[in-house]
Amino acid sequence: MIEFQNISKRFPGGTLAVDDFSLVLPSHKATVFVGSSGSGKTTLLRMIDPTAGRVLIDGEDISGLNPVLLRRRIGYVLQATGLLPHRRVVDNIATVPRLNGVPKRVARRDALTLLDTVGLDRSLAERYPDQLSGGQQQRVGVARALASDPDILLMDEPFGAVDPIVRAELQVELNRLQRELGKTTMFVTHDIDEAFAIADQVVIFRTGGVIAQVGTPAEILANPADDFVATFIGADRGKRTLHLQHREGDSATLIVDGDGRPAGILGADR
Amino acid sequence: MIWFIENFGLITGLTANHVALSIVPIVLGFAIAVPLGWIANRRPALRSVVISGGSLLYTIPSLPLFVILPYVLGTKITDDRNIVVALTLYAIAMMVRTAADALAAVPADAIEAATAMGYSTWTRFWLVEFPLAGPVLLAGLRVVSASTITLVSVGAIIGSANLGYLFTNGKQRDFLEEIIVGIVASLVIALVFDVVLVILGGVVMPWTRRDGWIRRRSVLPVGQVG
Ligand SMILES: Nc1ncnc2c1ncn2[C@@H]1O[C@H](COP(=O)(O)OP(=O)(O)O)[C@@H](O)[C@H]1O
Ligand SMILES: [Mg+2]
Repeated sequence: MIEFQNISKRFPGGTLAVDDFSLVLPSHKATVFVGSSGSGKTTLLRMIDPTAGRVLIDGEDISGLNPVLLRRRIGYVLQATGLLPHRRVVDNIATVPRLNGVPKRVARRDALTLLDTVGLDRSLAERYPDQLSGGQQQRVGVARALASDPDILLMDEPFGAVDPIVRAELQVELNRLQRELGKTTMFVTHDIDEAFAIADQVVIFRTGGVIAQVGTPAEILANPADDFVATFIGADRGKRTLHLQHREGDSATLIVDGDGRPAGILGADR
Repeated sequence: MIWFIENFGLITGLTANHVALSIVPIVLGFAIAVPLGWIANRRPALRSVVISGGSLLYTIPSLPLFVILPYVLGTKITDDRNIVVALTLYAIAMMVRTAADALAAVPADAIEAATAMGYSTWTRFWLVEFPLAGPVLLAGLRVVSASTITLVSVGAIIGSANLGYLFTNGKQRDFLEEIIVGIVASLVIALVFDVVLVILGGVVMPWTRRDGWIRRRSVLPVGQVG
């Protein structure tokens, strides 16, 4: 469990990125932070040195912990993958276990197993990151974050740089992993659809790290707290709203989305 | 050719000494310039001190430096240590800016990722920043190597027994074969050093051995070497 207690963060320049933020992230659940750019999501995710307030992990105040050792207990997936370009895939995945003193042979063997976990072929193990596609690189990023078997997984817009099809695939895959592994996950995105696809708990932000609403996707969709939230999810809701369309001389019913694009067919008798 | 064969012992002796006098400044210069370059990147003020210090040092002509150093070091003028110290200073001067630029050009997202994964500043330097700066550092080192091997010859004027002796002696005797042997032998040393450096680079940086990696990944700071 991660608890933010009255967290504020002011940067040296004077920007108050987060102001008196409090939230509990339940264990083994995915909490998704969603909000427009600059609303303080990344700042919260990196919560290691707040200006004021406390961050507790399983009841322990992290300000007393060594930041280097703390980071090794947390899996972190970055937007730009952050894979080390001079290390082979297998060595990238083995990075944190190696830092923790796991013997090289063991760490590399475990890394191969993690390739299976994230749905990558083992034949990619000896490649360098720039020899993989964007989607494959992100999977390696996830595998690397999982390598030390951390309780906590932090993901900062991890799928922001891949195309929509691969992105949807990665979201499905992440949901599967989350069910299997039950990490306490903090996921940042500015895409409300992605938030709803992944989250057990959604946190919608205004600027300044201020919470607009917290709830399950269903709760937020059913009862937006205010106009801000309604607009935030509404702009996309139209797109998500599916409706049925009957076509002349055709027994099938077409399902179309908010933009009028066909999404599927109902009751086609062939 | 007869002179060459008759004096083969002399030539190999001079060559061995030339190699020894070159290796130390190249290695020491690199080992000192890289940490200096790292420090230079910490603070803009430090950067200008280190970079202009390096450029200034490099403008001192080599011969006067060879002559001044004995007073500073308390060595005899004929002592080869003067040459080693002088050439190490030049190697640092040549290398420090390349080192600072190479380290500054390491992709920020790699450094950020390394920090996020729990590298300490020290391990991050050795395992991430230094290797990623490697190709540019190597390019700088190759220039330092060639230049140092050339500069060692100047030491012959103050009595150092290296291949430069063949130039000065050959010039005095107006004896072309001796001069040519001197030139060819130092070229061979420079070439061998360069090949060794490139091979070593490939061994310690296996990821650069793939086609096009260097072209894709590292932009050499043109015109900033030397
Ligand atoms: N290192 C920094 N120094 C100064 N200001 C920063 C720094 N990092 C972020 N900020 C500011 O803090 C605010 C929140 O940024 P961030 O947490 O990155 O937002 P988000 O991830 O939601 O886009 C922004 O106004 C941003 O400009
Ligand atoms: Mg961000």
